[in-house]
Amino acid sequence: MLKIEGLTAEIDGKAILNGIDLEVPTGELHAVMGPNGSGKSTLSYVLAGREGYEVTGGSATFDGQDLLAMEPEERAAAGLFLAFQYPVELPGVGNANFLRTALNALRRSKGEPELDAMQFLKVARERMRALSMPDDMLKRGVNVGFSGGEKKRNEVLQMALLGPRMAVLDETDSGLDIDALKIVADGVNAMRGPAFSALVITHYQRLLDYIVPDRVHVLVGGRIVKSGGPELAKALEASGYASVQAAA
Amino acid sequence: MPAVSETIETVQSVTEGAYKWGFHTDIEMDYAPKGLNEDIVRFISAKKDEPQWLLDWRLKAYRMWLKMEEPRWPAVSYPPIDYQDAYYYAAPTKPAPKSLADVDPELLRTYEKLGIPLKEQAWLAGVQPDEGEERERLPIAVDAVFDSVSVATTFKDRLAKEGIIFCSISEAVHNHPELVRQYLGTVVPQGDNFYAALNSAVFTDGSFVYIPKGVRCPMELSTYFRINAKSTGQFERTLIIAEEGSHVSYLEGCTAPMRDENQLHAAVVELVAMDDATIKYSTVQNWYPGDAEGRGGIYNFVTKRAHCRGARSKVSWTQVETGSAITWKYPSCVLLGDDSVGEFYSVAITNNRQQADTGTKMIHVGKRTRSTIVSKGISAGRGQNTYRGLVKVAPAASNARNFTQCDSLLIGDQCGAHTVPYIENRCMTAKTEHEATTSRIAEDQLFYCRQRGLSEEDAVGLIVNGFCREVLKELPMEFAVEAQKLLQISLEGSVG
Repeated sequence: MLKIEGLTAEIDGKAILNGIDLEVPTGELHAVMGPNGSGKSTLSYVLAGREGYEVTGGSATFDGQDLLAMEPEERAAAGLFLAFQYPVELPGVGNANFLRTALNALRRSKGEPELDAMQFLKVARERMRALSMPDDMLKRGVNVGFSGGEKKRNEVLQMALLGPRMAVLDETDSGLDIDALKIVADGVNAMRGPAFSALVITHYQRLLDYIVPDRVHVLVGGRIVKSGGPELAKALEASGYASVQAAA
Repeated sequence: MPAVSETIETVQSVTEGAYKWGFHTDIEMDYAPKGLNEDIVRFISAKKDEPQWLLDWRLKAYRMWLKMEEPRWPAVSYPPIDYQDAYYYAAPTKPAPKSLADVDPELLRTYEKLGIPLKEQAWLAGVQPDEGEERERLPIAVDAVFDSVSVATTFKDRLAKEGIIFCSISEAVHNHPELVRQYLGTVVPQGDNFYAALNSAVFTDGSFVYIPKGVRCPMELSTYFRINAKSTGQFERTLIIAEEGSHVSYLEGCTAPMRDENQLHAAVVELVAMDDATIKYSTVQNWYPGDAEGRGGIYNFVTKRAHCRGARSKVSWTQVETGSAITWKYPSCVLLGDDSVGEFYSVAITNNRQQADTGTKMIHVGKRTRSTIVSKGISAGRGQNTYRGLVKVAPAASNARNFTQCDSLLIGDQCGAHTVPYIENRCMTAKTEHEATTSRIAEDQLFYCRQRGLSEEDAVGLIVNGFCREVLKELPMEFAVEAQKLLQISLEGSVG
């Protein structure tokens, strides 16, 4: 599914990723953990195609397609979803309108018929109930006036509606209380299956109590310095990043 | 930011082709000789078979105009206009039609092409929409003005049953002279300003609306202006009178062919609202904006003003300004009656080399008068967008309230947004509030939308429509949809 080889990238001439090798097979959920400044968010933006993040070497393929050659919306159409660490506010744009526009853009790219407002609302309401979100979230402006927890839940709602084949969750747990964390984790776990892969990026082990990964990778200084099973996350929690940093 | 530079390209790549109303209709026209002098004023008046008092009124305006100077204070620039190098009267040669059946089919086709319904037969015959249609569309009465004359007005008979008069102003001069004489020029006097004086001298047609006491107009009234002929100016005059307790919603739309020359449009609109009357006036202005280099386009120099004469009267202006090379326009409310209300909701887009200096004036005279101003300016390309507004509170306007909000959105780094609010408050108990923001379409907003699968163009459209939402929701439903599309088209370009 996702295959990253020797990926290097820089921002404003400053190297952030220094040769990442990572493979997430279809149906698996991998966690990337790392201290602040290790390149976690940069990795997610590079995968999603944000401008200003210059790829200087290596490759990233998605089902064999050259991900790095695609526009951000093409990557989305291919089935890549990024849950933002800081979801962006779009004043005046209704959440329902935004979600339907996005969903229909993806459906168009797949040659599927678009959903009208009524069909969309039906689907959206079902998903929202599953995520314990009040209906009025659809009426409000995209992320405008949302609490931190609401913003993250909105990201998970979008993921559930858009049905990506691969999700990159960039510190989706940051700023969440334990109840919100569980709701978000439930949303991700509900997506898991043989056709869905995910890359869960996080600073803390806490989230991985609820979303149990198949593999854990430790990112330090723009490189994966260690990989292992779920137990690696627990070991990190006990010894801290300093131990791996020293080892690297 | 690179993403922003791409947006700039997107916007810059808007070409002439984006203006979809730029066609020209071939129709035999009757012109006045080129130029402007007293004889031309007499010629226009004679063509329209006007009474002496109106000719005198025009001549007085013309003489005032001769002594006046073009306003130089707006933040717009253009080469000097040669007022002698234009036609002041252009009308289809065929005599005025008695009914829709007599209207030149070429004209009907033109309006059909523009999406303007000039058919009322189906409605009059009581034909209901087919089953399966989403909902019953309410009829809209239309007055169609083609260059200098009104070519058709629909639903007149239906409206007449309620005592409503909806016709061209030329017709009103003949059929309701007492009303025209009583109100014409009482809101915008002949000498009000340079363009109003010019309009008063040479105005050719426009709409006249009279809503009698206690009547709620059963349908939207609308006037559709079309400049077609070359080298002509359009000078229409609209007069709407809402008697005590009446209610009317009125909409105007406008387009013009694409031409290399600049054409002048200097209209005057006068509204009068008596006790408890409400007038809602909406404009979707889509005159040809000129090409990407700023060649051609309409100079839209317009005076619009409402008198809220009665207690608790209300006038609401909503405008979506996407067209014209230059817009100079300040729809205003003079709040004379106690507890009267004035509202101004505006979206103005300037792209390429378009310039807009637009806003409103709210003059509080009566007690407890209230006004709301919401202005959204969007600048792209090398567009220049100025909000200019005046809130004036007279000493007697105790407990008057005003709230003003001016938001500017910039797309790219070669455009400009300016906000010039004037507040003159001479009353201790009055309150005025002003809020202003300027923002850009942020790179992170675009990226967020694109990550969800939206093209850059759709993302810009979505964000711009969100920015204008407070204004668009004031438009009558069907026109709101049209306006949204228009906003998107105005910023359309080819991505990648």
